[in-house]
Amino acid sequence: MHRDSDRHKLFNRRTAMLAGGQLMLLGALTGRLYYLQVVESDKYATLADENRINFRLLPPPRGRITDRNGLPIADNQQNYRLLLISENTLSVEGTLRALERIIPLGESEKRRIIRDVKRNKSFVPVTVRENLEWPEVSQIEVNTPDLPGVLIDVGESRDYPYGEEFAHVLGYVAAVSHDETTDDPLLDLPGFRIGKAGIEKVHDLALRGSGGNSQVEVNAFGRVIRELSRQEGLPGAEVQLTLDAGLQHFAATRIAGESATVVVMDVRNGEVLALTSSPSFDPNLFNQGLSTAEWNDLVNNPRSPLINKSIQGQYAPGSTFKMVVALAALERGVITPDTQFFCNGKMTLGDAEFHCWKKSGHGIMDCLNAITQSCDVYFYQVALRIGIERIAAMAKRMGLGEPLGIDLPGERGGLIPTPEWKKSAIGSSWQKGETVILGIGQGYILTTPLQLATMTARLANGGVVVKPHLTPQVVEPGSVEAQFTPQPAESIGLSPAHLTLVRKAMSQVVNDPYGTAFRARIIKEDEAMGGKTGTVQVRRISKAEREQGVRKNEDMEWEERDHALFVGYAPVDNPRFSVAVVVEHGGSGSSAAAPIARDVLQEVQRLDITMPTSSAIGASDASSENALDDNGGRPPGRNHG
Amino acid sequence: MAADPRGVTMVRYRFGEPSLTVWQKIWHINWLFVLVLCATAGVGFGMLYSAASGSLDPWASRQMVRFAMGFAIMLVIALIDVRIWLRYAYLIYGFGMVLLIAVELSGTIGMGAQRWIDLGVVTVQPSEVMKIALVLALARYFHGASLDDVKSPVYLIIPLFLVAMPAALVLRQPDLGTALMLVLGSGAIFFAAGVRIWKFAVLIVLGLGSLPVGWQFLREYQKQRVLTFLNPENDPLGSGYHIIQSKIALGSGGVFGKGFMQGTQSHLSFLPEMQTDFIFTMLAEEMGMVGALGLMGLYTLILIYGIYFSVGCRNQFGRLIAIGVTMTFFLYVFINIAMVTGLIPVVGVPLPLISYGGTAMLTLMIGFGLLIGVHVHRDVMIGRRASGSDIV
Repeated sequence: MHRDSDRHKLFNRRTAMLAGGQLMLLGALTGRLYYLQVVESDKYATLADENRINFRLLPPPRGRITDRNGLPIADNQQNYRLLLISENTLSVEGTLRALERIIPLGESEKRRIIRDVKRNKSFVPVTVRENLEWPEVSQIEVNTPDLPGVLIDVGESRDYPYGEEFAHVLGYVAAVSHDETTDDPLLDLPGFRIGKAGIEKVHDLALRGSGGNSQVEVNAFGRVIRELSRQEGLPGAEVQLTLDAGLQHFAATRIAGESATVVVMDVRNGEVLALTSSPSFDPNLFNQGLSTAEWNDLVNNPRSPLINKSIQGQYAPGSTFKMVVALAALERGVITPDTQFFCNGKMTLGDAEFHCWKKSGHGIMDCLNAITQSCDVYFYQVALRIGIERIAAMAKRMGLGEPLGIDLPGERGGLIPTPEWKKSAIGSSWQKGETVILGIGQGYILTTPLQLATMTARLANGGVVVKPHLTPQVVEPGSVEAQFTPQPAESIGLSPAHLTLVRKAMSQVVNDPYGTAFRARIIKEDEAMGGKTGTVQVRRISKAEREQGVRKNEDMEWEERDHALFVGYAPVDNPRFSVAVVVEHGGSGSSAAAPIARDVLQEVQRLDITMPTSSAIGASDASSENALDDNGGRPPGRNHG
Repeated sequence: MAADPRGVTMVRYRFGEPSLTVWQKIWHINWLFVLVLCATAGVGFGMLYSAASGSLDPWASRQMVRFAMGFAIMLVIALIDVRIWLRYAYLIYGFGMVLLIAVELSGTIGMGAQRWIDLGVVTVQPSEVMKIALVLALARYFHGASLDDVKSPVYLIIPLFLVAMPAALVLRQPDLGTALMLVLGSGAIFFAAGVRIWKFAVLIVLGLGSLPVGWQFLREYQKQRVLTFLNPENDPLGSGYHIIQSKIALGSGGVFGKGFMQGTQSHLSFLPEMQTDFIFTMLAEEMGMVGALGLMGLYTLILIYGIYFSVGCRNQFGRLIAIGVTMTFFLYVFINIAMVTGLIPVVGVPLPLISYGGTAMLTLMIGFGLLIGVHVHRDVMIGRRASGSDIV
């Protein structure tokens, strides 16, 4: 008994120790719970939400692009996609078989679908076909009871209703490539398209809008249980261009088949009314994805359809440069309007002979006639007297030699050569002969058609600095954002008398029987145009060839023919529009380029282009009431409409 | 009747009666303890109802049936005289060993872990039988031990074998959790019986020393579990997934929880095995720390009752059974909660009375039956040399 009670006492002691141990361990568990559920609770609550909540980005509709009249030239089109959810089918094969009676599916297509079905969870929709035609959609809808698991999804895809006509301006959209991803999560969305060229690229951010998002609760397998919240994004802003769709269409049609470009500008404010380049491409193809063959065709085409010739094509201006030379010389007093030179068909400088396009010579020439008849020898003489620096300075003032900053990607700057430039770029010193041929816009000099149109606008508007632009504004829902702020009219600082002389000469080029473009004149008096032809040699003419007689352009290979240029403006007595036309290897400026310019200028005057866009700029800072009262905000061109 | 006359003389009853009648025994059952058990089981039904997203099917209803059956068995066992258990303790142990060996043999034919054996009528899990049988066998052994006996190391050889044999067999199945419970539960009995503390120290040191050797015997998945435990973030989608998701569920529950049936981790399938091993996590997610501590409070109450029964028992056999059962129960609770809270590696130990599953429920109810029985028969005096054969 006594032994048992000892044993009992020991047992009780030991049990108390065990109980104490258990209590400690339970305390440890409590501490652990406290740590997890109180101390670290926030962290784990976040993790739990990250587990269960998925953010789904809702892509915003891309903003439309319209012409100056609000006509959509880039729009979104509904894109019908056929999807298959395998868990809703009785058997995937069965549904596909039934589907085949409506839309034929290729063997490889079926294999791809079945592979996708196997790779994804059974509730994930698998794409069967994209870009369904409407008849197919309606047929599938009608047969839905026989097509378990089939679902039609409406997405949006970019559509360019004018196809090739605006391709170079608008650019195109395509899938995001790896190096284009930014911190905008929209770019990571599968199938998301961004602007890759043109306006689509320049104004991509505005057009893109901002994505909305939807919070959905998902389970561990990724199945959506319910939507928790939804925040709609902002649709992309609408971008209105200064272009006129009708004029663009006319110009594009007019130069179709040529390798050519036409730029039309409003001389008073720099609004670009038409900007075309031919041949072109269909931007819709880029959206859907080009085949390798189609891509190679575009890239290898010698007439380079992917190049926007109006801003990326660089051409010697030829005789269209003569106004610049004349103005430089008049301003420095090297010549007066009465200064005369004799043209006998060529000019000799040292050993070199510089020929006039008219072999027999023009005889005695003054400035007015030299421009009208495009006498080369006169300008050789003038160039020689004022020197390269003064010509280059005047060229710069006219907008040549540097990118003008039009809101398009890839604008080239051309080249106004100077002795310094030659020294650093070529490494040799400037030759006098090079100044001579610069006098007729040949040699190293390069200009873009856009620069030529701008130069012409500055001549036509009385020497006011205008810069070409395409987007006066981006219309966002609820706000008007001016993308282009017009500068206060800045003068180039040319003497009105000199400008009047040059403009008179340009009028005579077209309207005087001696003028080089007389045959391309506009008969209707109040729409008459002024201008200047240019014919640019692409290859050097050797002495031997010259002695054999000049070969006709038609006899040469296309690549060797002259470029045909024409710059012009209209109406001649109150200029509103300037135009530059370049026809690559088109022959002479008077026969190939001038008629195009004439037709385009006639069309732009016929179209009665008003300027809703530029008045909106003026109003953007002031209240709309003020804008109505303020005559200065009114389009100055109303009277001439 | 008296095979051992000394034993007969030692048997005494408080009230002088030769034995308690059934009604007296029922009167002696601690019904408050039974109520606590039912309340705990009730929490389990609630959680299983939630686990099935608000449905009695498939878990809660079946669990109720099992609990009812277990409840009946528990009461029957509680009424059986402890001396019966004393008499058959070794026999039951032997039966358990046979089953373990049988499962081991058939297990070599089968694939992977073989834990079940088909007795024709029912399938039994021999390792579960052994949890009870080992407690009985050790209680019987140490019941016969004087304080001097316990001090002798030689005397401890037999009980060590009693523990080592089933533990080794269970480990081979392989079932680390059960083996651990067998060893630790037995350790408690050794300890309570009075085995010197320094011997435990020696054993622990030896045990730690043999860890590298033991590592070799672990199956690949067991090694993986240990490694994953040491750094669960290493393999967040693989074996670490369970622990990480469980901790997220627990932590996100916070103090007051997300609400009944509102556990996102549980109901959106992020939490694995939520109706069995990880049911505590679900409770803690939905009911928060308040709910978790509430359940732990119920468990503590059960433990206190167990210790109270054991200390209040006047025979050593009963005391040892009670402490053995209580310890086993504690190990269930501790291992499971420590596992789901990431304190110890994932070992498949269910949460007693809550986790869905019949086998553990049956083992526990039998254990509670013994516990109540010990309390009912607390005044039965059993001599150190008694074998129980003098009863019935």
